[in-house]
Amino acid sequence: MSTTVIKIENLYKEYRLGVIGRGTLYRDLQSWWATARGKEDPNSLIGHTGNGKARDHILALNDINLEIGNGEVLGIIGANGAGKSTLLKILSRVTAPTKGSIKVKGRVASLLEVGTGFHTELTGRENIYLNGAINGMNKKEVSRKLDEIVDFAGVEQFVDTPVKRYSSGMYVRLGFAVAAYLDPDILVVDEVLAVGDASFRKKAVNKMKDVSKGEGRTVLFVSHNMESIKSLCTRSVLLSKGKIVNQGDTIDVINAYLSRASEDVRMHGGERIWNIDNAPGNKVVRLMAIRTKNKKGKICSEFDVCEPFYIEFEHMVLSGNSQLSIVIEFISQLNNQVLLLSLDNYVSGPWGSQKPRDKGLYKSKCFVPANLLGEGNIFINFRIFTPPCPANQSEQIKEMGVIGFTVIDNHNLEGARGSYPYDLGYVMRPKLQWVTESIQPIDNKF
Amino acid sequence: MDSKDTDKWDLYIKPKRGWFNIEIGEIFRYKDLILLFVKRDFVTFYKQTILGPLWYIIQPLFNTLVFTFIFGKVAKIPTDGVPPFLFYLSGTVVWSYFSHCLNETSNTFTTNAEVFGKVYFPRIAVPISVAMTAVFQFLIQFSIFLGFLFYFWYKGSDINPTIFIITLPLIVFHMAILSIGFGMMISALTAKYRDLTFAMGFMIQLWMYLTPIVYPLSQVPEKYRLFILINPMTAVVESFRGAFLGVNSITPQELLFSIFLSIIFFIGGIVIFNRVERTFMDTV
Repeated sequence: MSTTVIKIENLYKEYRLGVIGRGTLYRDLQSWWATARGKEDPNSLIGHTGNGKARDHILALNDINLEIGNGEVLGIIGANGAGKSTLLKILSRVTAPTKGSIKVKGRVASLLEVGTGFHTELTGRENIYLNGAINGMNKKEVSRKLDEIVDFAGVEQFVDTPVKRYSSGMYVRLGFAVAAYLDPDILVVDEVLAVGDASFRKKAVNKMKDVSKGEGRTVLFVSHNMESIKSLCTRSVLLSKGKIVNQGDTIDVINAYLSRASEDVRMHGGERIWNIDNAPGNKVVRLMAIRTKNKKGKICSEFDVCEPFYIEFEHMVLSGNSQLSIVIEFISQLNNQVLLLSLDNYVSGPWGSQKPRDKGLYKSKCFVPANLLGEGNIFINFRIFTPPCPANQSEQIKEMGVIGFTVIDNHNLEGARGSYPYDLGYVMRPKLQWVTESIQPIDNKF
Repeated sequence: MDSKDTDKWDLYIKPKRGWFNIEIGEIFRYKDLILLFVKRDFVTFYKQTILGPLWYIIQPLFNTLVFTFIFGKVAKIPTDGVPPFLFYLSGTVVWSYFSHCLNETSNTFTTNAEVFGKVYFPRIAVPISVAMTAVFQFLIQFSIFLGFLFYFWYKGSDINPTIFIITLPLIVFHMAILSIGFGMMISALTAKYRDLTFAMGFMIQLWMYLTPIVYPLSQVPEKYRLFILINPMTAVVESFRGAFLGVNSITPQELLFSIFLSIIFFIGGIVIFNRVERTFMDTV
């Protein structure tokens, strides 16, 4: 076992919820007065969980203990709000823990965002120096790396142009390049590999692999993309509600995460209903109900890959002046990416010429054919927008992850996998037509 | 935990640290960052302006003209025998360094929230760089002042610079620790309670009128003199005028008191700044 370079002991982080206002000052003074007399902070959760007094406080990290060895690439996974980013923030000293400690050997550099501290009026070169210095490099170190950084970002021609003239792609590439050449002993990375275009993403992931495997640095890596976690990390921890609930081999931890997630995904049991006051939406339209149903019309949240099903929405039109169009997106739990997007066919005529929908309650159904989605957990994003504006500029309703369901593969011979017995990965599963025929037999003569 | 264990670790992250804990070595390690901040702020100040660096001299000259007209010609406040224009220019140049540092430092956390939220570096690098950037601005404005000083001296005005002009760096340093010390205290509070951001503008304005900028200390009635002298900036302005114009009415004891008070502000500022910088991200 290699030497431990990061040792996290009994780490807690408490956040206060709600708005800072007049009441805050009073509670600050109360907390200060209590601690000044050596008493417990009456506004803290730590020490007396569950007495109901500290309702506006939340524990983002709850008793974390973790040791990370030299040269290890550790993946940190968990649902949104599990505490992943908080852990990285404490480790990169952006914020302090509430209780507990972290001991570190070597220099830590954090890559929580690309292009931190870029000044748009300064040139690419000046920003490389500034960004390097913000991340703890001195001028000499940056000068030595300058050419490599510029080359990696692919901005040779623009290095003396102010970055405000850069395209957004160039901007993030430069930001990533500076951070990638920081040369720390420990690198803390939060979801930044999702920047740039596909070819740059690949380059970035390869660079990360070099950093960890080739140069033997310790890397802590947070991502929602299980594929990049799988390809980079050997060991992972799974956080849930501020606690470590699973750790070990990355494949096992990811599986644990997905099976937990599958329970979360189906937490609504295939049906959600709102009443008019709290329904998502605005005074134009509101989403009243959403259901996932199998072909018999029974509410269900688990479907076989070979089984057709449909998603049913009820929406209430409150203002009769707007053309309305529904968009639903199918999001894969595995990598948080959109698998499939579908517009309702209300917009099938000439664009922008639809008759506004009259006031009232409507029910729409979106039929998903058999053999389309692969096995896994799917979230639905639901949006209603008002044509002729583009969907992203006129959203009336935007409900991300409004409902979820699981697609399972029972290895039914009718499915696209046929009798293939092994893991197919997370892919769409349409049954495409295949023909294979013999066009030139070879006899056994030679 | 035994001490042998702590020796092996380079970094020990824990909830609270001591009252007065600035690692000088760490600040020194980040000296390139401080210099780059200075360069950034200096260069970007006049980017995309037509008059560019001229703005550094337009502001004080314009202020001085207004003061000369209102307080010199209209209100006819005596200026210890110094030409009013030169008298007001000296006050404005000194005051603009102080108010610039104070104002910028007091917004440290709010204006840098984005960077502070993503990456660690000693936060005190920002106030230090503010004070250093302002020195350049001061030098430009100061050379304008010197130019007018020579002009009036050549024309035969009664101006008697003294040997104390060599203390100029100390005068500036005095202002620097006072303004960033006080600014850091305010910044810690503005991080949480934004009300102070709004109050800062007129607080600085009010402070200026409590400092002998538009009037000489010698004109302050005896019963208010103590009140004006509690303000540490009074001694700064008076010693500057004493050195360059040969007029002042401040005693060495009063100057020492001002220096003492500034050091207190500076230490207090660091203590408060230190406590806030660790958790302020949770409140913005």
